[in-house]
Amino acid sequence: MSETSDRSSLPPAAPEPFPAAGNISDEEREELRRHGILLTSLEELYNWGRTNSIWPLQFGLACCAIEMIATATARFDIARFGAEIFRPSPRQADLMIVSGTVTKKMAPQVVRLFNQMPEPKYCIAMGACAISGGPFKQGYNVLKGIDRYIPVDIYIPGCPPRPEALLNGLIQLQEKIKTERLKGPATARHLKPDAPSEYPIPEYDAHDLKPPKNPAVWTQNPLPRDQ
Amino acid sequence: MSSTAELLDHLRARFPDATLELVENPGPAAQHGLRLDHTSARLIATYLREDPAWQLDYCSNVSGVDWIDREETEKVTTTVTAEDGSTAEKVEKVTRTIPGYFEVVYHLYSMARKTSEPVILRLRTANRTDDTVVPSLTPVWRSCEFQEREVYDLYGVSFTDHPDLRRILMWDEFKDHPMRKDYVEPDDYEYEPTPHATVLERAAKHYPPASPAEEGSQS
Ligand code: SF4
Repeated sequence: MSETSDRSSLPPAAPEPFPAAGNISDEEREELRRHGILLTSLEELYNWGRTNSIWPLQFGLACCAIEMIATATARFDIARFGAEIFRPSPRQADLMIVSGTVTKKMAPQVVRLFNQMPEPKYCIAMGACAISGGPFKQGYNVLKGIDRYIPVDIYIPGCPPRPEALLNGLIQLQEKIKTERLKGPATARHLKPDAPSEYPIPEYDAHDLKPPKNPAVWTQNPLPRDQ
Repeated sequence: MSSTAELLDHLRARFPDATLELVENPGPAAQHGLRLDHTSARLIATYLREDPAWQLDYCSNVSGVDWIDREETEKVTTTVTAEDGSTAEKVEKVTRTIPGYFEVVYHLYSMARKTSEPVILRLRTANRTDDTVVPSLTPVWRSCEFQEREVYDLYGVSFTDHPDLRRILMWDEFKDHPMRKDYVEPDDYEYEPTPHATVLERAAKHYPPASPAEEGSQS
């Protein structure tokens, strides 16, 4: 099952109810809706639009990509959630699904693609490989998680995750987008003027990428046995 | 065995100058190979592709094998005559070292003849250190190109006359050839320990106790 990351800038754990227009309660709003009066805020409308038209970047890296492709087929039908338009250009995409093993040879290209995507942009790490290197974690040529270089919003564990899990991850991302604020202390990352939109692209070195991680986006969690 | 042996006889008759050798596969698959020498390899390969009797038009697989130096122990029995005239048998173990080499194995099929058993060609380098060269068969079978690059990348075998001999899986700046049997993983790549004794031991060496400043940032 998917879980939302606590590493990137997220709204507080228990978000306060989303403010629609005015200070009326959700029940009152529902009541009005039933009578054909729609009260909303620009924030809500804006998030509603973005939530339901997430265009993923069309690229796959390994076996997980097969599941992602299956998610786009009629049987699982990612179109139900408005995310069926896989864009072949990063300029037109706002979600990067890192589906598969990121080798060290590929990592700079993945970061470069993410940099080329316009804000607001999101990243889903799909599968054990994209999260941590998966079965290849101990190897010399596989990146131990794409979150070393770019901020990941949703992690979907599995090897590979089933299409349902990917859909669940997408829904979690939609929930996250819905609660994004345009103003105030919990402003969404892409609206903060000092938040970076591009991330340093690592370089190839004799045995590893240089630098091996971007400390601005990744900090090592202590291992459970060390706690 | 028969078909490979037949092929060997046929080639020996046709190419008397070539040094050919039957490399037996003792496993249950019994897919015996044919070892070619460097000078005649391309000639014989072209012949096998063109000749109507073989028409080996499809090279399905090229793989590298690393044969490290190995020791072979043989039991040698000698008869020793003692001073009193009686004889006794003495068994001695003789160990000799067979120097290592790299081997490149080609699996060939014929689409035209719809063969299901591969014909296997093998090429060997002179040693594992400074003379790791074999002739490329890419000019004969185009499908060898990427796979020979892979062998070059992971084993460090150079192919003469390969049109584009570059690394293919690892990046160009990468040092060493990681599939070699004596490859030691360097300690300067990022590495995460798992709770297994040997891994932790290595991790202790890999990550010497952090300086206080670093420790602060990790917790
Ligand atoms: S997590 Fe498993 S299925 Fe997904 S890319 Fe890695 S190995 Fe393949």
